[in-house]
Amino acid sequence: MKTISDKPALSLRKKFRWSEFLSEKIITLVSFLSFAFIILIFVFVFREALPIFSFSDKPSAVQTTEVQETYGDDSPSATTTTGTGSRENAAGGDRSPTLNNFAGKEWQPISLHPKYGLLPLFWGSMKVSLIAVLIASPLAILAALFTASFAPRWAKEILKPSIELLAGFPSVVIGFFALIVLASWSQNFFGYQYRLNAFVGGAALSIAVIPIIYTIAEDALTTVPKAYTEASLAMGATKWQTALLVVLPAATPGVFAAVLLGVGRAFGETMIVLMATGNAPFMSLNPFEPIRTMSATIGAEMAEVVFGETHYSVLFLIGALLFIFTFALNAVAEFYIRQKLMKRFGGG
Amino acid sequence: MSEKNIRLSAKDLNVYYGAKHALKNVTIDLETNHVTALIGPSGCGKSTFLRSLNRMNDLIDNIRIEGEVNLDGQNIYDRMVDVVELRKRVGMIFQKSNPFPKSIYENVAYGPKINGVREKKQLDEIVERSLRQAALWDEIKDDLNRSAMAISGGQQQRLCIARAIAVDPEVLLMDEPASALDPIATAKIEELIYTLKKSYTIVIVTHNMQQAARVSDTTAFFYLGELIEVGDTKIIFTAPGRKQTEDYVTGRFG
Repeated sequence: MKTISDKPALSLRKKFRWSEFLSEKIITLVSFLSFAFIILIFVFVFREALPIFSFSDKPSAVQTTEVQETYGDDSPSATTTTGTGSRENAAGGDRSPTLNNFAGKEWQPISLHPKYGLLPLFWGSMKVSLIAVLIASPLAILAALFTASFAPRWAKEILKPSIELLAGFPSVVIGFFALIVLASWSQNFFGYQYRLNAFVGGAALSIAVIPIIYTIAEDALTTVPKAYTEASLAMGATKWQTALLVVLPAATPGVFAAVLLGVGRAFGETMIVLMATGNAPFMSLNPFEPIRTMSATIGAEMAEVVFGETHYSVLFLIGALLFIFTFALNAVAEFYIRQKLMKRFGGG
Repeated sequence: MSEKNIRLSAKDLNVYYGAKHALKNVTIDLETNHVTALIGPSGCGKSTFLRSLNRMNDLIDNIRIEGEVNLDGQNIYDRMVDVVELRKRVGMIFQKSNPFPKSIYENVAYGPKINGVREKKQLDEIVERSLRQAALWDEIKDDLNRSAMAISGGQQQRLCIARAIAVDPEVLLMDEPASALDPIATAKIEELIYTLKKSYTIVIVTHNMQQAARVSDTTAFFYLGELIEVGDTKIIFTAPGRKQTEDYVTGRFG
């Protein structure tokens, strides 16, 4: 009795552990930091785009000074390359902010009467993303289906990492390949007029999109319980029937999420489309005509633009639109569809 | 022995998982329209044996199977045998109910569909017949388009049985079909097995002695990969020929 009551009184006392406390706080801090970065980028991009919306009401001279004030002092990062000289330029030029023509069909930002029609850029992004996803999805999903349901283990061990390695492939290399090799092949084969066009860009883009769709689709397909496969095979279904009629439908939400994330990647990708699509803001249904995407426009023009000018703000507006679009796409893929998948398998 | 109607028979069946000898020289005859219960402690090879009867073991890496299993006199391990055709004739029910995440109707219609039945009317007929046979029709006839994941565990298992018999097999293999169910659902499954044996040959693996005694006509006792004893269920449970069998069925080990 005595020995028992002697010890615990001391050893059970709460102890403060410095290392524990610190590591916990640091991890929390780091995880919130990345979250904060996203919020800050978002806020920054929007703030840069904001002047446009107050433009049409006020005289342009007032507006430009406002812009100057904002950027001279508290812009923490970003384009400090454009110095004071160009800001004075901005105050002088840019007399005709044509903000009501965002819905226009022409993109001519450098001109006496600049036209900021965003439609051809949006159309370009949509077109090339669509082409990329249309090429990438069947390939990636079939490859995922193969590794998930058919491939012997050794093949799976080679295939999966090598396709996933493609995700880390520098996009400029893919762009270069498209620009030099793919464009010529494709032109020789199809015999169309413009060497660089939406199709070439989309085909090159699909190389970047395939690993994304593949990885996520493969994950979704392998989480389909083995019991489904067994049940199907035990009824005399062939492997193909099982994969196509049982495994794939069961993983539909995940596969769909994979495709959506692929669209997001294609939409935001810059270097490949900048190099391979021809960068002419055409609006047509013909896949063999050049296009100019939103991302490529930012990539090509941001370095040349006059700091603080309307064109500058419009580029940020495009950035904000890109941000919103990909964010919405990812959010839908992540929250809605993943949860649906979880529900489907968790409930049983 | 000779006047018995044998549907399935194993002859000197040996199964190895890598170096492990999981099933040793099993020879057994399974009668048509009989329920045969396979009993024995965990890891004794009874599930392995069950899964060799429709070659579900083929899915396992590193497995080696020797010997013969004859279905209506034809060796299913013959190189010319089509596994897909075999499994259409020898269906299987699993321990954990595994309906597809589709509607109840789609679950039952799956088998006929992959066999090429396209006509809606014919499918409806098969679905109704199978669900009736699985004693599930009256409970869910108004919810055929509901998700199969939404019904109770016992109903799910009977749905799996309906799905298996929709392809009109000759043999039904059941791997502890009631072990995850409550007593009432279990009783329903047992009742079902009793009625199903009129049309099918049934082999059931069970851990539950009483269940084996209640539903089966023949009982086979496996121990350490060997078939120790097989015979009429009444005899196995009341006057077994081997000491090991007696010890097991009376609960002395296992």
